[in-house]
Amino acid sequence: MVPLTWYIALSALLFMVGVGGVLLRRNIIIVLMSVELILNSVNINFVAFSYYLQDLTGQIFAIFTITVAAAEIAVALGILIALVRNRNIINVDEIDTMRG
Amino acid sequence: MIFSLKDIVAILPEITIVAGACVLLLAALLIPKGERKDVIAYFAIGFVALAAIDTLIISGMEKTTVLGGMFVLDGYACFFKFVFYIGTILSILLSLNYVDEEKINVEEYYILMLFSLSGMMVIASGANLLTIYLGLELMSLPVYVLVGFLQRDIRSNEASMKYIVLGAFSSGILLFGISLIYGLTGTTQLVGIAEALTDATVHVPVFALAVIMLVAGFGFKIAGVPFHMWAPDAYEGAPTPITGFMSVAVKAAAFAALLRVFIEGLSTVQADWQLVVALVSVASLVVGNVVAIAQSNIKRMLAYSSVGHAGYALLGLVAGTAEGVSGVMFYMLTYTFMNLGAFGVVITMRKGSQMGENIEDYAGLAKTNRALALAMLIFLFSLAGIPPTAGFVAKFYIFMALIHQGMIPLAVIAVLMSAVAAYYYARIVMIMYMREPAGEFELARSRGLVYALVLAVIAVILMGVYPTYFIELAQRATFIM
Repeated sequence: MVPLTWYIALSALLFMVGVGGVLLRRNIIIVLMSVELILNSVNINFVAFSYYLQDLTGQIFAIFTITVAAAEIAVALGILIALVRNRNIINVDEIDTMRG
Repeated sequence: MIFSLKDIVAILPEITIVAGACVLLLAALLIPKGERKDVIAYFAIGFVALAAIDTLIISGMEKTTVLGGMFVLDGYACFFKFVFYIGTILSILLSLNYVDEEKINVEEYYILMLFSLSGMMVIASGANLLTIYLGLELMSLPVYVLVGFLQRDIRSNEASMKYIVLGAFSSGILLFGISLIYGLTGTTQLVGIAEALTDATVHVPVFALAVIMLVAGFGFKIAGVPFHMWAPDAYEGAPTPITGFMSVAVKAAAFAALLRVFIEGLSTVQADWQLVVALVSVASLVVGNVVAIAQSNIKRMLAYSSVGHAGYALLGLVAGTAEGVSGVMFYMLTYTFMNLGAFGVVITMRKGSQMGENIEDYAGLAKTNRALALAMLIFLFSLAGIPPTAGFVAKFYIFMALIHQGMIPLAVIAVLMSAVAAYYYARIVMIMYMREPAGEFELARSRGLVYALVLAVIAVILMGVYPTYFIELAQRATFIM
């Protein structure tokens, strides 16, 4: 059996990669993919804990997280389309109309 | 599991709002295009009022936990739900004229507000981290869309893009924290977590990390420093009534979750989070109030002021007592009226080619429009915390809670920062009263605006002069003794 710590190490690693992607990458699509990575690392945590604790709550939580992530990304892509139509930009550092 | 009648009764207000929003979504097709928007707006207000009546009726029941421990009905939830109802109704009233001005010809605007409201209500009643998380998302997703509702305005697009990317990022961090807490305590039920935490073996370093992640996740929603970077941009770009809605109802909902999770679930480990929350609070006070001075756009200034107000309210959580919690509740109630009032005046200034967003635009407003300038003066004085307005009582009450806990240094910092805040609020008053007007003012006129502003003025004065009733209401509603 794979020990619990391995799962946690994997999810922590994925989480780090996700956070790094959000903070460092410029392309909005990649930023959104990085957010998805963070949410998936959470799912791994939940499912691993759920198995380890022999408790269903974690799996239910993971299913809800997947659903919410799908909704969130749909809204984000919709907003991105509005942005691209108006300004034709795709990089986060070009979103700079407002300052102060 | 079979739903009992008790379950249905307890979630009747939520059912009313969600069902109402769905019905309106379909019924909109039956109303002729020309008057569709306004009719939907009135019906939306009607459904909120109906939910308020439901809540009023069931608020008399004693505390019950329904739906398998997911959902709790108590005075605390009911109090916050009333704050959300007031915030939503005022925002809809303020929108009636604004949507015409900005040519938003889509009735979904109001329906999205209802969906967001339903999310807030779920948060206020959440007894499980799962319910609270789902409520948080249900509240945020419609607001992301609403922020970007001015499709042709580049600022609005950018605001909503920033808001959703950072919002999704922060909810990811929050979720990671929740998953760690689940792993350590074996439950997501707040009561169960509190029970598990009495066992000292849970106190591993990872637990502190989980708590910091929770603070970061909720800190984003209340726009506390250092998680506030999105707030000025999102507030500036969003349609003004939505800015008001975000700064009032969304913030109050996040506070409802924050208090419930930290006081009910994590109170046994108060030492772990008190310092972190105090740091966020002081940082919000300093950054919010100091940076607000430099702003020339009034929406941006109010955004930074709202960061500062999150700092004041957080102090109630730092105190962690029943007095602190009821202080935060009262603060959110007063903030709803005074902040939406101030945004109401900003919306009144938006007419035709006049954007009314620069602070200089307000020069000499008092010369020609005495009533409007007086209303703005009352709201700004209340935000600054000058008696006899509601803002003073709310701040006073939070500071008292701090002092009773012996946290004098925090109270001193908070009072000093109120002095800083008084400067930039008073500057607008000075500009309105002392300068000569640059030209004629064009003002938006609508009954909705007048009703909302009059209601807000009355509430701000009433809660300032006679706060006892409202404070007792908040005290009776806290969930700790």
